[in-house]
Order: sequence, then C-alpha cells, then structure tokens
Amino acid sequence: MPPRGMRRAELIGLAALALVPPLAAALGQPFYVDLFTRIMIFAIAAVSLDLILGYGGMVSFGHAAYLGIGSYAVGILAYYGITNGFLQFAVAIAGAAAAALLIGFVSLRTSGVYFIMITLAFGQMIYFLCESLNQFGGDNGLNITEHSNFAGLLDLDNGTTLYFLVLACLALCLSLGGRLVESRFGLGLRGTKSNARRMEALGLPTFRYRLTAFVIAGAIGGLAGALLANQTLFLSPSIMHWTRSGEIMMMVILGGMGTLFGPVLGAAAYLLLENVLSGLTTHWQAILGPLLVLLVLFSRGGILGAFTSFARRRRG
Amino acid sequence: MADLLLSTRGLLKRFGGLVATNLLDLDIVEGEIHAVIGPNGAGKTTLVAQLAGELAPDAGTIRFAGSDITRDPPARRAAHGLARSFQVTTVFSEFSVLDNVALAVQVRAGHSFRFWRPARHDPALREPARARLAEVGLADRAEVAAGTLAHGEKRALEMAMVLATNPRLLLLDEPMAGMGPEDSARMVQLLARLKGQVTILLIEHDMDAVFALADRITVLVYGQAIATGTPEAIRQNPAVLAAYLGEETA
Repeated sequence: MPPRGMRRAELIGLAALALVPPLAAALGQPFYVDLFTRIMIFAIAAVSLDLILGYGGMVSFGHAAYLGIGSYAVGILAYYGITNGFLQFAVAIAGAAAAALLIGFVSLRTSGVYFIMITLAFGQMIYFLCESLNQFGGDNGLNITEHSNFAGLLDLDNGTTLYFLVLACLALCLSLGGRLVESRFGLGLRGTKSNARRMEALGLPTFRYRLTAFVIAGAIGGLAGALLANQTLFLSPSIMHWTRSGEIMMMVILGGMGTLFGPVLGAAAYLLLENVLSGLTTHWQAILGPLLVLLVLFSRGGILGAFTSFARRRRG
Repeated sequence: MADLLLSTRGLLKRFGGLVATNLLDLDIVEGEIHAVIGPNGAGKTTLVAQLAGELAPDAGTIRFAGSDITRDPPARRAAHGLARSFQVTTVFSEFSVLDNVALAVQVRAGHSFRFWRPARHDPALREPARARLAEVGLADRAEVAAGTLAHGEKRALEMAMVLATNPRLLLLDEPMAGMGPEDSARMVQLLARLKGQVTILLIEHDMDAVFALADRITVLVYGQAIATGTPEAIRQNPAVLAAYLGEETA
C-alpha cells in the first residue's frame, strides 16, 4: 500500500475507534469500552514490536518484558503511595528503555535463531524476577489501589477518559512511528534489515542503529505497560510470560509486518477472536490456533496485505 | 614513487591447514587501477574480505591513507573512503533504484540519527543520487524496484551506490562476473572513465578487461604474489605463464 493510502486507512481506523465509547453507551454495552481499551494497549505494544520486527528484521521474542516493566513501574510506585502519573509514566518508559538498552546490547551481537532465543531468555529472566518479588504479590499478583494521577487533569477512574488517553497514545505512536520509518534513521534501519552486510560496506555501523531502534521499541512497550496497569489495576507477572510475547508477535504477523497500522488490526482481530471464541467454549484456543495458522498461510501480508491485494484487484 | 594509498605487509590468513593469504605484501598507488588476478582458489576473495574488514587476518598489517586499519570494522573503513562491490551482487531489493543510491549518499553524508524529516523527499540525497544513476546509465530506471533489475543493471546499480560514497579506493570483486558481452563492455567503459579519478583494486577473471584497464597487475597464486608489474611485463613473465598454463592443463 502506498504511504498515502496507508495514512488514509490509519485515519479511518482511528476515527472508528473514537466512535466506540459513544456507540457502546448508546447500545448500553460499556463492556466494549473496556475491551477496546485493551485492544488499543496491545496495539501500541504490537506497533512498537513492528518497528524492530517489520522494519529492522529483529525477531524479538521477549517484547512482553517491556509491557511488564511498564506495569510494575506504575504498580510499585503506587504501592509506595507515589501516584503522580507524569512521574509513573516517565519511570515506566525510562525503565523499559533502560532494560531494552541492556538486553539489546547483548542480544544484538547475535542473529537469527540465537537472537530469538536470547531475547526469549531475557524475557523469562524478567518474568521470574517479578514472580519472586513477594513484597509485590509474587506469583499471585498485587492490586493497585489507585489510578495514575495526572495532576487532576485526567480522571482515569472514568473508563472513557482512560479510553481516550489510550487512543491518543496509539495515534501518537502511529504518527511518530510513521515519521520515523521514513526518516534517514528509518531508511538506514530498513537497509540494515534488507542487507546488513551491504549497509556496513557503505559505511553505516549497523549495531548502534539497530540498538537505538530496539530501545525506542522497548520504551513504547513500557508506555503500553503503564497504560495496562491503569486499566487492570492489577500487577501480575503473567503479563510478561513468554506466551504473551508470542501473542504480541502474532498480532504483528497477523495484521501485516512492516506496516505499523497492520499490527493495530492484528491486535483487534486477535483479541476480538479470543473474546468471541472464549464465550463459545473453554477450549477456544483449539479453534484460535488453527484459524491463525490458516490466516497467516493464505495471506502473507497479514490482514492489511489481504485488504491491499483485494483493493488492487478491484481497481485492476 | 607516487603516494601509497593502501599497503599490506605480511598479511596472513589460514583456514585450518589451508593458507589463503600467505605473507602478502601488496601496494596500491594513489590513482592507479591495480588488478589482482590468479587461478581459482588463489585467495582473491579472501584478500578482498580482509581489506574490507569482514575477515580479520591472522597476522600482518593493512595501512590505508596513512593509518593502520588492520583492526577497523567494515563500516569505519568505508567511512574512511574504502568502498567495495560484492562478487554476488548486493542491492536493497525492496527499495527503488533511486532509494538504493540515496541511501549510499545518506550514509556518506554523516550519521543517520535523524528521526523526523522524510528522507525520500530530501533533495540533498535525491539529487546526487540521480547524478550517480545517470553516470552508470540507469537514469530512466530510477523508480523501479531494485530487485526487478536485470543482472547487468544490478551490477551497474551497485557501482552507482559505491561511487555515491565518494570513495578514495574502490575494491571491485569481479564486477563483470556473470555479465553478457554488452554489459561487460559497458562496465569496462565506466571503469575506464573512472580511471584517474579514483583508485581501483580490481579482481577480475575477464583477462581482456584486466589488460585493457589495469595500470599494474598482481598475480596471486596460493595466497602469494608471484609477480607485480605493468600488463606488458606480466604478459611475458615466465612464472605467470607457468601458473596459468598449469591451471589450464589441469
């Protein structure tokens, strides 16, 4: 899809998301506000993974760790009575970025399967670390008693306010991400994905560019985690279990890698399917799994790719 | 003697029992086209990989433009003006032809830690890139995806990218490999035009091209330089004749 067509699809998608709360209110189904808040939070995480996976070719299998770090930053600060949202979010983002710097610094020295395994290992390390924090609930998790407090400007106890905060964050990530991938940095990163050896031979030290992208993606993952803590008001190590990392990667691939907007569709499709199927049967994963395999098999560009080729066929 | 741009001293590279580069002393003079020829397995590609920084030599030194670059990674060597083409053509297939060259211009222009302005609309990158494409005869293919180019065109594109980095020394690893006679002739013309503007280390099997272009030739056999000299001198060198005749009868 050309960038302009992509921009239009993105704007339509965001506008549709803005209509969810009034529609849910009209239908008397406030549950949908909650569901779509969750979808958008995972969309932010998926967009951040797409930055390094789709544009940088880095198959990071530990992306849920940043989500977890962001959540724990908010939860732990709240536990100690620090509910200032600006501070909480700053710590969440900076903490996730710092972790990404450390993890990336080690992991990016490897490639291929080794990179996948080492990011997975780091993710699990952080998972077990948080599970062992008995003071903060350990394995059982911990209730967060208060939402982040943005100096009284935003009342996050109100689900609709939280919804629009998350929507704004998603829009910001999409538009900044869109600029990023078309900038000099973005093209250098994409060149590195396409042919790292060529890029080095041209004179670009690829490591520091990939590391920078890795840190940016981690930081955005931290933001998603901070938002997630505000939605669930609950800290649990399970949000950074490796299966969660797999789900985020699934959202990216399902929606369309290297498109930024595709992963938003992927997150929506994944969580909506999960929601519908789990209402039908307790063995919903047995249906979801094969369905995802089929989707990926028959549409290599993911959902967005299927739309694009459909639109092209109608025009051509 | 004119200025030395690149020189190796005692360069040694072993792969297990095989000595691919055997205490090689090589001098490239500023401004010349210096061809390295030799039978298959003589260690030509291993030599290029060491000069470009992809392989670390086991011993010896490489000096480029007055400084020791033996331990420098490829990107730093490239930034100093040592550019290379690959034996197997490597372009960014998903990008357009113009994007490929613009990326090379961008890397040359300094660091790429610029996150905001759209690089694809930056005349400071696009204009020089177009000029380079015109130079190699690809001006009318600028908007095509690089992956769809014909083989000869990809080679030309790679030359445009390499030239866009404003190199002081070009390492060309078999630029004519797999080309038809027409494309080969075009490449020879291009290299002839570059002669004098940029120093070139040329690895090539096409002897007509080598003898037409080179100022000096080094003959590599089993990782050792058995002769270095002008094309006439090399043509009459008995050791060279022996090496090549041995190759042909084998």
